[in-house]
Amino acid sequence: MEQLLSGFIILAQWEVLIALLIGSVGGVIIGAIPGVGAPVAIAILLPATFSFEPIVGLTLLLGIYGSSMYGGSIPAILINTPGTAVNALTTYDGYPMTKRGQGHRALSLAYSASFFGGIFSILCLIILSPVLAWIAPHFGSREIFLAALMGIILVVLAHRGQVLAAGMLACFGVFLSTVGLEPVKYTKRFTFDQTWLGSGIDLIVVVLGLFAISQALLLLIDKEHAPKSTHVEGNLFSGLKELFGIKRVATAASSLGVLMGMIPGVGEFTAQFLSYTYAQKSSKDPDKFGNGSPEGLVASEAANNAVPGAAMIPLLALGVPGEALTAMMLSVFYVHNVIPGPQLFDTKLDFVFALYMALLLLNIFVMIFLLFSTNWLLKIIQIPTRFLGVMIIILSFVGVYSLRNSMTDCMLAAGFGVFGLILKRLNLPVVPIILGMVLGGIMETKFRTAMARVKNPLDFIDRPIAAILFVMILVILVAHVRTVMQEHQMNKQNHDDPDDHVGPETSTQQG
Amino acid sequence: MSRIKTLQELFKRYRRPGDIVFAILFCFFSFFLLSQLEFQTKWVARTKLYAQPSFWPAVSILGMTIFSVLHYIGSLCSPRIAGRWTEVWFWLRSAEYVLYFLIYVALVPWLGYLPSTMSFALFLALRVGYRSRQAILSAVAFGMGVAIIFRAFLQVKIPSGELYNHLPDAVRAFALTYL
Repeated sequence: MEQLLSGFIILAQWEVLIALLIGSVGGVIIGAIPGVGAPVAIAILLPATFSFEPIVGLTLLLGIYGSSMYGGSIPAILINTPGTAVNALTTYDGYPMTKRGQGHRALSLAYSASFFGGIFSILCLIILSPVLAWIAPHFGSREIFLAALMGIILVVLAHRGQVLAAGMLACFGVFLSTVGLEPVKYTKRFTFDQTWLGSGIDLIVVVLGLFAISQALLLLIDKEHAPKSTHVEGNLFSGLKELFGIKRVATAASSLGVLMGMIPGVGEFTAQFLSYTYAQKSSKDPDKFGNGSPEGLVASEAANNAVPGAAMIPLLALGVPGEALTAMMLSVFYVHNVIPGPQLFDTKLDFVFALYMALLLLNIFVMIFLLFSTNWLLKIIQIPTRFLGVMIIILSFVGVYSLRNSMTDCMLAAGFGVFGLILKRLNLPVVPIILGMVLGGIMETKFRTAMARVKNPLDFIDRPIAAILFVMILVILVAHVRTVMQEHQMNKQNHDDPDDHVGPETSTQQG
Repeated sequence: MSRIKTLQELFKRYRRPGDIVFAILFCFFSFFLLSQLEFQTKWVARTKLYAQPSFWPAVSILGMTIFSVLHYIGSLCSPRIAGRWTEVWFWLRSAEYVLYFLIYVALVPWLGYLPSTMSFALFLALRVGYRSRQAILSAVAFGMGVAIIFRAFLQVKIPSGELYNHLPDAVRAFALTYL
């Protein structure tokens, strides 16, 4: 109780509340503009937050992270263009509802479902806190190593149809984390006798290049496009009432969002896909899915908004980020010497509670803001794409240059920008590089510490949590191989049967 | 023969134009890093394998090499979509904007953050094809807004411009601190 009160005092500072308000409102706006998204905004703002208090910087970034998906649903529903990638599924049912003249109903339902998902995940986080506080100290070096390894494996396998590319890029990320002066024996690694490589490659430079500069380049070169103008009329409060009628779907979708958010490397897409499939299979009216089903809309929005809260679990309890955005947040923790992981619950429980309450508040801020400003947001999102490119590249400069006023950093970020552009054009994933870079560093340190106490390989998994994690890794790998073989068999049967032919685009066996 | 066909089927995936160029380049990059492993990392005597400085670079580069070769095989086995060189040209076109960006970076310590950001925004807006007064004013206003918010309000660490030293006394200190 004392810790909770102390957490409340931390949160009740005006700087924190303003950061939360700016983050929440800014996140909604950024999410609503197609082509920007939370990763770009967080990457740009990251270095600026280093000069703030850790709680101020983190609440600002949390605000953007937690609210961008709310905003992303607006263009997804009204103009069939998802604001953020995770709102793509929302277009399936949101846009058909708009075409039927139910745009305000779809928006209202989406806001309500997002709110429900967000609050549900934070409540789960609060309820799980004592369990986390109890279990986190049982995670030693080998358990954290295995959790990070599981995170990398999952992020690679989560990219269905691109597993080989994801593996290649995750290994590239791990390689990037090893460049520079090695911290134990102080030997140089892959510096090619260049002094600027001696201190290694900064995660923020890579993040800004891969997310922000690449997006700016893409928008500047690609054809001009501006979302069309639209207007919404009607009561946006009605969705809360309607959500009660679909509470089973909302609860199941939020639970899946929490579950998927907790597992490193999985995230919003899997959560949405599973909840949408569940909602469709359990619906009395499954044919309506994809043609404007309120249940489908709720399943998609509740699931993706439940993920940010849950994604904080591995980050706070183990110091293992599950996806790119929490990986970026990890650097804010490190800069301020607040090390997330088992000790955090022991030494800074009030700080953890303050973060939980910030998450709770941001959902309330966003909901109130959205109910009154949707039409205003619809005007903002009409920024032409090339102008957006100009804006992003100018903002990217602040992010990279303010780190250490280095021209080299800017050149490196520009290089990663071109690399990110190529990856985006080829539809190859960027996230495995970031997670490889963050988790690679964690794995190297923890593996070295753990192995010093291990006499034979079996000792590595002689503790219960380590053994469970090891078994989970094995199960994940075996299940993946099994799925690949099954898909291969199915495709083979389809090819044998000319009436049921599957085109080359759909045969992605390696995923 | 049927085994080869099965293997081909197993590697088949959706392949965008330019995929094979990227796959080959990444393969070369991985093999280059592998060839440099011995020279760019040290083997420390009386140190166990897992604690060797070269252990993690070796693990990651081996992983990169294996996956990039498999990715290349996947590219070879998958149906091609025309437009490879058009796509490569698209990638190369980004170099133009990278050059502008780097010129902007080089100009900031000389011209100062505010003038260079406003000029860069104006130049880019014109370069991408905006000609209307509204678009040009919006670009300049955006540049000014960003510079003021980040340098004056958030006090982000960006050096003041050399040019500011030649300003009249009345505005020099202000410009050096806030612009």
